[in-house]
Amino acid sequence: MSILHTVNKSPFERNALESCLKFATDGSAVLLFEDGVYAALKGTAVEPHVSDALGRLKVYVLGPDLQARGFSAERIIEGISVVDYAGFVDLAAENGKVQAWL
Amino acid sequence: MSEVVKKFMYLNRKAPYGTIYAWEALEVVLIGAAFDQDVSVMFLDDGVYQLTKGQDTKAIGMKNFSPTFRTLGDYEVKKIYVDRASLEARGLTQEDLVEIAWEDFETEEEIENIVEVIDSARVGELMNESDAIFSF
Repeated sequence: MSILHTVNKSPFERNALESCLKFATDGSAVLLFEDGVYAALKGTAVEPHVSDALGRLKVYVLGPDLQARGFSAERIIEGISVVDYAGFVDLAAENGKVQAWL
Repeated sequence: MSEVVKKFMYLNRKAPYGTIYAWEALEVVLIGAAFDQDVSVMFLDDGVYQLTKGQDTKAIGMKNFSPTFRTLGDYEVKKIYVDRASLEARGLTQEDLVEIAWEDFETEEEIENIVEVIDSARVGELMNESDAIFSF
């Protein structure tokens, strides 16, 4: 059964993203939201890490949280999809389980 | 005006909205303005995200406190410092940050933007020079 992994912590403050990427198996979905959205931005120290993961994971970022923090979709690493709240619900419904990396 | 003016530094290390730290810090800065001290606000680590331009929180149902930063110059805050290395690690430049103006209403002295990007060594020096550091 597939898993939706969610990360809501900044990659610069916690190791939630790092652990998520380490344990999520190929083909899993990862949703970045709240302070987790900073991991989706281009040009950061964690970008290489996220870009590598894009080859084997589907990565999504929650648009409203990006917008709240002052970033538009142009600032996002290529290959990451922006979703809205309905998209978040769809991801949770499509995947059998949700693992929240708090 | 009290006779002894102390150097107060408010040191911010948290991103906005994900936790309450950023908002609480701002509240304390505004309250602290009543004490007529020499005030600076420092942004390090994820704290630099507090100053990004274009924040729009209507879709997350939280108060957008970003515009309040632009009024800090009117609340006794003379200097706002941002750690350059923290910006660089996050792919940001000063262009991504809001500008904050300052004006002395008595002397009419004006500074267009009191946000200053500084090196980490300078951050440490400024912390040493402060009489009190309020940590968030």
